[in-house]
Amino acid sequence: MSTPDNNPADTPSKTPSKTPSNTPGNAPDAARTAVGTATGDTPWATGEEIIRFQDVTKRYGRQVVLDDLCFSVYAGKHVTLIGPSGSGKTTILRLLMTLIKADEGSIRVEGDYLTHEERNGKLVPAGERHIREVRKKIGMVFQQFNLFPNMTVMRNLTEAPVRVLGLSRDEAEQRARELLEMVDLTEMSAKYPSQLSGGQQQRVAIARALAMRPRILLLDEVTSALDPELVAGVLDLLRDIAHHTDITMLTVTHEMNFARDISDCVMMFDHGKILEAATPEKLFNDPEHTRTREFLNAVL
Amino acid sequence: MNWDWEVVEEFLPRFWDGVLVTCQALLGGTLIAFTLGLVWALAQRSNLVWVRWPVNAVTEFIRNTPLLVQLFFLFYVVPEWGPSMSPLATGVIGLGIHYSTYTAEVYRAGIDGVPRGQWEAATALNLSTAVTWRSVILPQAIRRVVPALGNYVVAMLKDSPMIAIIGALDMLGEARFFSAETFQYVEPITLVGIAFIVIAYPASLLIRALERRLATY
Amino acid sequence: MTWGLWNNWMLPGIWITIQVTLYSAAIALAVSFTIGTARTSRLWIVRFLSGIYFELFRGASALVLMFWLFFALPIAAGWQLVPMWAGVLALGLTYGAYGSEIVRGALAAVPTAQREAGIALNFTKLQRLVRIELPQAWPEMIPPFNNLAIELLKGTALVSVISVADITFSANLIRFTTTESAPIYSIILVMYFVLAFLITRGMRVLERHAKAGVGKAPERSGGLWSKLSLRRGRSEAAGAITAGGAR
Repeated sequence: MSTPDNNPADTPSKTPSKTPSNTPGNAPDAARTAVGTATGDTPWATGEEIIRFQDVTKRYGRQVVLDDLCFSVYAGKHVTLIGPSGSGKTTILRLLMTLIKADEGSIRVEGDYLTHEERNGKLVPAGERHIREVRKKIGMVFQQFNLFPNMTVMRNLTEAPVRVLGLSRDEAEQRARELLEMVDLTEMSAKYPSQLSGGQQQRVAIARALAMRPRILLLDEVTSALDPELVAGVLDLLRDIAHHTDITMLTVTHEMNFARDISDCVMMFDHGKILEAATPEKLFNDPEHTRTREFLNAVL
Repeated sequence: MNWDWEVVEEFLPRFWDGVLVTCQALLGGTLIAFTLGLVWALAQRSNLVWVRWPVNAVTEFIRNTPLLVQLFFLFYVVPEWGPSMSPLATGVIGLGIHYSTYTAEVYRAGIDGVPRGQWEAATALNLSTAVTWRSVILPQAIRRVVPALGNYVVAMLKDSPMIAIIGALDMLGEARFFSAETFQYVEPITLVGIAFIVIAYPASLLIRALERRLATY
Repeated sequence: MTWGLWNNWMLPGIWITIQVTLYSAAIALAVSFTIGTARTSRLWIVRFLSGIYFELFRGASALVLMFWLFFALPIAAGWQLVPMWAGVLALGLTYGAYGSEIVRGALAAVPTAQREAGIALNFTKLQRLVRIELPQAWPEMIPPFNNLAIELLKGTALVSVISVADITFSANLIRFTTTESAPIYSIILVMYFVLAFLITRGMRVLERHAKAGVGKAPERSGGLWSKLSLRRGRSEAAGAITAGGAR
């Protein structure tokens, strides 16, 4: 099995933590570690900080989906978001992917503001160019796969590397073949998505995201739309990716066993806030909050 | 660009005559299109093959050939066999028949849109076929298709200047005659063009509003 | 009717009708895609201007516009259009307005999820439009475009009134010289019907290709009637010519 290595030459990695001082939204460091300190032991909070949410609020009309949220994710760590539906987990992924905009607060990826840029010491809404530069580091796999029905599997895997990363078609196809081998779908490369099963489509979608060599991979309930017998294949693939690459993973899932297997940290969400964050051992066996215990009892 | 308001003033009385004729053509055409279309639609659902088939063929043929040529046919050919008609009467009949083949499709879609359960309920209540059509199916079907019918009235409005070609004095006809007499071309035709947009735009706004209201039904 | 008139006028007339149809269809197609995509733009000014074009030319009568281009424009602007081009332009601009509604509607029907997948892969807006949204919307556009093409073919008869020697013009000429109006108008009505039929066959082939291009099996048409029927789509209620009224 081949695994995609990280930090390829075509994604120049910037020096991290060029955090500007005295810019709006740059609150004292205490806020960042608030979650960690609440549960004591924080082995996932080591190394390079790659994602940072700072006082992020998101509303839909009068409903507050994310409420003044602060947290950080560190490079190479696997963070799983759990909680009842409507608690804001998916919103976090969609914010990171710039599919929606936050109402308040800031999000940084490797120290760069996601939707803002600095001009003359002031934060202003970022242009398309800046957003695409930051977004390059992030990939996403969707609940409904969202493969392009007008392209073959091979085309789905090569279109973005060619058009966005500027790879030659040969390079892109070479990369795609390796990924197809990894997801065990080599013989499907000339097929269209509609000719594949749900599980196969989702594995292609995972390969498509990896073809862009992201540093961060967002997984949004990737098995929820699958028939039960197809779930295991997709989860096994994701376990492999989690264990054999240094890609930072942010996962929203209802598969608690999977969460236990791959996570460095599990965050329990409720009403747009992080109720608690802990190692899977701690959170699943001995949660701090009764709300967490009730939720786990309901889903396990 | 030299725009002469005096020419406009001179043309205006005739323009209003033309507006009246356009309205007459549109009203007459609409009446024919709405009733004849319903006849086609019912005939297309007939159980008798020798009714269904010719009606399908004729409506398909009329719908896919140019209205202008049909007007020529009505104006030059029909008088050879029967009574000759004024340009306006020919225009009204031509517009009506041509658009009846469109409204037939609209009615058909509306009838198909009535849930099967309505037919079954009518059967369960032992209603006759005629009563089922008249008091159950058609009221529901027609309500649904009012906006679509309205769209075709607007389309007919825009095709109505074709009757000027066979000599009717609608807005365009008046403009042509005026231009031929006075050699003033810019003002009359521009005025007529604007008049069409001015009438068509609020009409289509009205239809969109109707659509939104009826969509909730 | 004599063979001389037939050879000298009707055969060239058929060719002129085909030319007018093709040229105005090309203009209409260009207008459809330009205005149709502009109407989905994120910039309000682009949406506003393209919306004005749509409302203006959808409200305008093709025949009146043709007269205006032919009679008024030369005087107002000081330069004369060749009659055929006045006709082609009038048809292209008005039917393009209807076509823009087809393009806009088909683009709006592409699932939001596809746009989001495009964002997640970091495509630019233009790349998303060209590589993802338009190719997916294209097969959906073909049946309404088929109906619009037939309407356009019917509309080409209008060019005869500004003395372009198409089928209808030739028919009028032959009627004038032979006074045999019944056969001549019957024959050309059949000609138009045959041309419309050919357009439909061509569009079916196009549709089959387009559907295969998105991995969809083409739907087999049913009985004899659906094969002979020239119009496509569920109902004429959403017919192309008044497509603007819908939504």
